Amino acid sequence: MAGGVTSSGVVGDSFAAVRTRLLAPSWLVLLFFMFAPMVVMLIYSFLTKEFRGGVIWSFSLGAYDQFFLDRGLFGDEPPKIEWTYITIFLRSIWQALAATVLCLLIGFPTAYFIATRPVSQRTAWLFLITVPYWVNLLIRTVSMKFLIRDNGPLNEALLAIGLIDSPLALINTDFAVQLGLFYSYLPFMVLPLYASIERYDFTLSEAAADLYASRRAVLFRVVVPSVKPGLVAGCILVFVPSLGAFLAPDLLGGAKNFMIGSLIEEQFKGNAGNWPFGAAVSMILLTIVMLVLLVMARSRTRDVGSAA
Amino acid sequence: MSRAHDVRHMPGFGFLAVVCLLVLYLPLLVVMVYSFNESRSITLWGGFSLRWYAEIFYGPESPKFKTAAWNSLTIALIAATSATLIATSAAIAMVRGGSFRLRSATFGLITMPIMVPEIVTAVATLVFFSSIGFVLGYASILVAHIVFCIPFAYLPISSRLQGIESHYDEAAQDLYANRWQTFRYVLLPMLLPGVLSGFLLAFIISLDDFIITNFVKGAGVETLPTAIFGAVKQGIKPDIMALSTLLLGVSVLLVTASWWLGRKDSATHDQH
Repeated sequence: MAGGVTSSGVVGDSFAAVRTRLLAPSWLVLLFFMFAPMVVMLIYSFLTKEFRGGVIWSFSLGAYDQFFLDRGLFGDEPPKIEWTYITIFLRSIWQALAATVLCLLIGFPTAYFIATRPVSQRTAWLFLITVPYWVNLLIRTVSMKFLIRDNGPLNEALLAIGLIDSPLALINTDFAVQLGLFYSYLPFMVLPLYASIERYDFTLSEAAADLYASRRAVLFRVVVPSVKPGLVAGCILVFVPSLGAFLAPDLLGGAKNFMIGSLIEEQFKGNAGNWPFGAAVSMILLTIVMLVLLVMARSRTRDVGSAA
Repeated sequence: MSRAHDVRHMPGFGFLAVVCLLVLYLPLLVVMVYSFNESRSITLWGGFSLRWYAEIFYGPESPKFKTAAWNSLTIALIAATSATLIATSAAIAMVRGGSFRLRSATFGLITMPIMVPEIVTAVATLVFFSSIGFVLGYASILVAHIVFCIPFAYLPISSRLQGIESHYDEAAQDLYANRWQTFRYVLLPMLLPGVLSGFLLAFIISLDDFIITNFVKGAGVETLPTAIFGAVKQGIKPDIMALSTLLLGVSVLLVTASWWLGRKDSATHDQH
């Protein structure tokens, strides 16, 4: 949103003298209520748990130990790798990847189709794609649950037209979660892809076709490499929020499709929680997300470097 | 050139675009239709009725929904207003403040609530409030909302400001306008569509938030999303579908307004 218009000469300095005063409110609010909480969370992940929620202020590696190591029921066996939580992370990564692929499969053709419409129709298409994103995520997820449940409208309709004999068991499956994530974040895929394809020079496609490239070759060997920045951005924008999602797994996945979001939430609800462990899981999730963003930033600078 | 020979045309892509729209809208349309269902059953169609809308306004559960709606609306209004003021001031410093050492660090700080996964922000805010002894309730929800609304207000405002050439404020200052007058009479009128659009986005984001609110609300205080989530845990009832349809209508209305402002915005841009 912010980029694009930035060109040198536009940024002025007529307010340079009062810069500090203008920035003070955002610095104060964000340092105190956004940055400091991150630091406190990091500290909490190294504290001892209080059994009724909260913490005891004494240093402990207990939370990370619980995440990575299995020391047996009484904690006196030689440590082995604890797979419970790693499995939840791996499942979340798998679910987020599957949702990203789904978004790509539907999102790329959609973005391409919109970008090849006459200019006058494009705004309307983009508007239609973005509107659902602004509808409450909870309401969208509940609507999806309502639609795909065992005796819901989707199954009723499919039964009525005779496409299936018995209701599809969609709800509480991996696929339901992927569908929910896909539904939650699809616009994040379409919009950056559209921005890239719109800038793509279609004479390249014509040149390739003149040289007897098939439609498929034009698509995969000319168009796709040219719009790679948008493709990468779209995948990241879907993958990252999917990884920490709570609503789709909780409402559509049921108990056996536990993901990171639910694991974290569970540590802070009621008396069974474990705050240091919840903070540690959050730190591990944050680390993974930051690594993904870092890799993207590096690949982007490399792309820009090779293009120049 | 015929369509079959147009290299831009990819067979099947139009079909997938329609599938995309269908997937996006079908669940919402189904819930909207069923919110007008006379029958208490959520499976059978019993004729058109507004009884579930009457139920959420006058039924036995209506006080709960009204309090939640009041909390949601007042929090969204105060949070979006505060975030817009903070973001406008920051955008002017970032775009018109010349270059300075902490510029990219400040940008990172402002966009931090977007970069960090929401559930991580929720945990961090909860443990922070707990460590400083901030009692959870209306005030804690409000503070958390102001924070995550800032980047959503900032991005459209700074983007609009970048599109306004700095000659305007330079000319005003050459004519002896002080900084306040330059802002009030020169910049603000041109910046207003961006400010309004930022405010509306922040308002919707606040109205929609579930995860962070759920962590920092404490016991007893509910917003519409947390009240709906609590109700849905017992099964999807028709009154919840009516409530969802109303909330959906508000969001669509606001985003249409924001989009329309943005379009006017880009139309005035093109004239430069």
